[in-house]
Amino acid sequence: MNDTACLLKLYDEKYELEDYQGGVPRWCSGCGDNAILAAVQRLCRDEALHPEKTVFVSGIGCSSRFPHYMRTYGFHGIHGRALPVAEGVRMARPDLHVFVNTGDGDCCSIGAAHWIHAVRYNMNLSVFLHDNQIYGLTKKQASPTSPRGTKSNTSPRGSWLEALNPLTVTLGVQNVSFVAQVVDWMPDVLYEVVRAAFHHKGLSFVRIIQRCPEWLPDQWEPFIKDPKRVQRLESSGHDAGNLDRAREVASKMDPIPVGILYRNENVPCYEDLRRSPKLRTPELVRTGLEAEFDKFTVWPS
Amino acid sequence: MNDTSLAFKNVTEIAEHIVEVISDSGEGAQRCGQSLGSIAARMGIGIWTVEIIPAEIRPPARSVAGASGNRIRLGAGRVTNGGDLTNLAVAFNEQVLLGRVRDGELAPGCTILLESLWRDHSDPTIRSSYLKTVEQLLGAGYRVIEIAMGRECAAVANAEKGKNMFALGMLCSIYSLDLKLAQEQMALTFGKKAQKVIDTNVKLLDAGYRWAEAHLDFKYRIPAERPKEAQIVVNGNTALALGVLASGMEICAMYPITPATSASHYLSDVFEKVGGVVHQAEDEIGACAFAIGASYAGKCTVTITSGPGYSLKQEAIGLAVMSEIPLVVVNVQRGGPSTGQPTKAEQGDLMSAIFGSHGDAPKVVMAASTIEDCFYSVITARRIAETFNMVVVVLTDANLATSQQPFPRPQFDPAWMAPPTDQSALPEGLKPYDWDQATGLARRFIPGQANGMHTVTGLAHDRASHVAYDPQINEEAIHYRSLKLAALQRTLKAPALFGPSKGEMLVIGWGSTKGAIEEAVEMLQGEGHKVSSMHLRFLQPLPPGIKEAMKGFRHVMTVEGNWSDRPEDELIDESNRRYSALAMLLRARYLRDIDCYSEVRGQPIKPSTICEVVRRKLAKPKKS
Repeated sequence: MNDTACLLKLYDEKYELEDYQGGVPRWCSGCGDNAILAAVQRLCRDEALHPEKTVFVSGIGCSSRFPHYMRTYGFHGIHGRALPVAEGVRMARPDLHVFVNTGDGDCCSIGAAHWIHAVRYNMNLSVFLHDNQIYGLTKKQASPTSPRGTKSNTSPRGSWLEALNPLTVTLGVQNVSFVAQVVDWMPDVLYEVVRAAFHHKGLSFVRIIQRCPEWLPDQWEPFIKDPKRVQRLESSGHDAGNLDRAREVASKMDPIPVGILYRNENVPCYEDLRRSPKLRTPELVRTGLEAEFDKFTVWPS
Repeated sequence: MNDTSLAFKNVTEIAEHIVEVISDSGEGAQRCGQSLGSIAARMGIGIWTVEIIPAEIRPPARSVAGASGNRIRLGAGRVTNGGDLTNLAVAFNEQVLLGRVRDGELAPGCTILLESLWRDHSDPTIRSSYLKTVEQLLGAGYRVIEIAMGRECAAVANAEKGKNMFALGMLCSIYSLDLKLAQEQMALTFGKKAQKVIDTNVKLLDAGYRWAEAHLDFKYRIPAERPKEAQIVVNGNTALALGVLASGMEICAMYPITPATSASHYLSDVFEKVGGVVHQAEDEIGACAFAIGASYAGKCTVTITSGPGYSLKQEAIGLAVMSEIPLVVVNVQRGGPSTGQPTKAEQGDLMSAIFGSHGDAPKVVMAASTIEDCFYSVITARRIAETFNMVVVVLTDANLATSQQPFPRPQFDPAWMAPPTDQSALPEGLKPYDWDQATGLARRFIPGQANGMHTVTGLAHDRASHVAYDPQINEEAIHYRSLKLAALQRTLKAPALFGPSKGEMLVIGWGSTKGAIEEAVEMLQGEGHKVSSMHLRFLQPLPPGIKEAMKGFRHVMTVEGNWSDRPEDELIDESNRRYSALAMLLRARYLRDIDCYSEVRGQPIKPSTICEVVRRKLAKPKKS
């Protein structure tokens, strides 16, 4: 590489926030999705991710509009199926940065089967669960993470069941390698955790507790007003290498544990186990095919 | 000592014979039948083998429903289908045989080689059941030859097991097959096992051969024509998997389902050797979404399934249609609806393949009609998918999946392969859905390409892939996605007619019925009937030339393996009759009174049945 090319490359690799800004977000003002978008755009800039080498995959719901607001490649698919789509992208392309934006309905309800197995596959993906504990896009129905008693259009006198805890579920799956929790109203912690998730090799699962000013406006007010009700794991001496401890911490929601609950860099990634180290050339395919034909050939005598 | 006996035996030359070998599952009748097929094929005798599969995993021993085995049609020249009724059956117990008799699968006077050990069994109920059945079979006019196969095996190999190879030896003698070739076949069949295993099986084979030479008073010879070119002998599912390999696709995402899974089994074994991946997903939806993700990222991907799985994939298939992501979906059809008949053949998914997924979701639908076609269809499907950015559905069925038929060894063509993933920068300003006015085609954008950043969406979108609900934008997008089918249709050739272009009756079919239909047409022509046939490989879009071809015939009817209402039912008339899928499509498109005959018996339609249907139809004085 000559000097000019080198300079050009340096210049190329510097990005501004605007370089990642896609369409104008159509989320409600005060919606936690905006905070997530800001943190992620900041991450992209700081890591100088090539926009064309970056893919955001989502399902359906308020959260899943996310890719439209990025100026990268994006895949806004169907309800619940963001994870398998992202897995396909990852399997096909080790060179891309692949993110998943999913919601509590998308991930923990209609896409629950994919969620469990995605954790088990442990493919190199950063998964952000935008958990506002309510269906927003379809206008206020209880979601699996809605606390018992949540009044919604499908549970007008309060929901009947205890909320599903996405952290304990994820931590219960074999091969889990990264689980974190953050809240949308602490932007610096949000950024730090998103960044750690990005750098983790494997599936990083980040539950982001987010506000829904439209349908559950008061849900998190007590937590925001009283900082003691949020517990920073980093400063509390939590050992993120201890799975049992992580499960214990995950099961408590008051104070809300914030930070990395569990991290294990040694879990193999499915794509690394599956992808062939052989360089796939037409010649390799032809040779393989001919060898197979040989097995089944009846030769003229 | 037995070598001389051959000289005294009359060898009857026959044009064809249908043999079946049936046992309880696990006794190796399948292996015996498959080996027989391979040996015959290597000698140049035409074959079509069909697996006889019990629906249960471990059916009780000696049960009517437990018949497991293989049916081999041997014939001079090319054999294109499973044919009609069985001429010779080898059965390891009388119960599995009874099932086949009840299904009406044995020809009158069929020769039965029956294991006789049950005659002296310690259990009196088994003894009496056996004796009663033999009596019944004899009474029904079958020729029953009782053979103590197990005892003969024990004498040579010190093993009760291995009856299947003893039976193979007998069949080699009966059909004058080359014993040396059969011995070689043992090495191929048991190649992965120890030499001792091979030796034992060769011993059993020889013993069976010698026994038949010494004790049976009949022997056949089917004229063989040594193949002039190399032939491949595989079943349809293996051919499919070889097609995936040859098409240059790199990823197959699937979920286990009968009868499609064996394609993935085979592919799992060989794909890795050429850098491919078979991903067994958590469910059918996950498999389809995974495939779509991989295709979106630049590797055209295939998902292989069967009816129930196909239903589950419908929403995801709609997403691929909407976002114009190339995708190959193989549906190895089985009996439906619901769980239906997992191991049985049916052609019931044509309508859901064409019209499935909500809204207007145009996709290409092809159907393989032979084993060879299973191979080439996947290659063609991949090319169409990537050229038109469309979903291509390839339909096969349980009949093709498990049947074997030799076809010429394909000559590798580099053009089969998918092009490498395009990572060149896109022209600035080009939009991901800049649909061509005439063809609806737009350039495929692949992540990693500079200037191409956009968000694919399953929502209605404009040329830039921006979500758009404007009335004209939605209509424009649907218009162009539909137009691609017309663009493809313009490139298709008119299907060839089998038989003269003028006559009384044109039979139209699709999929695995091709061999049976054409055989029936030949028989009918031999009887003096003016009948021709046409077989469709593309069902959506329909190729050009069908309307013109139909003009040469007074009657047109389809023959299909799906449901159509019976005109003779009291309640059924013109105003409510549900026609077979293809008949319905052709009637709608060509405004012709096209009749149909269909069966949903779970078995391939027999040539003799088709003959009967056509004869009846032609004999009937035309109404109105």
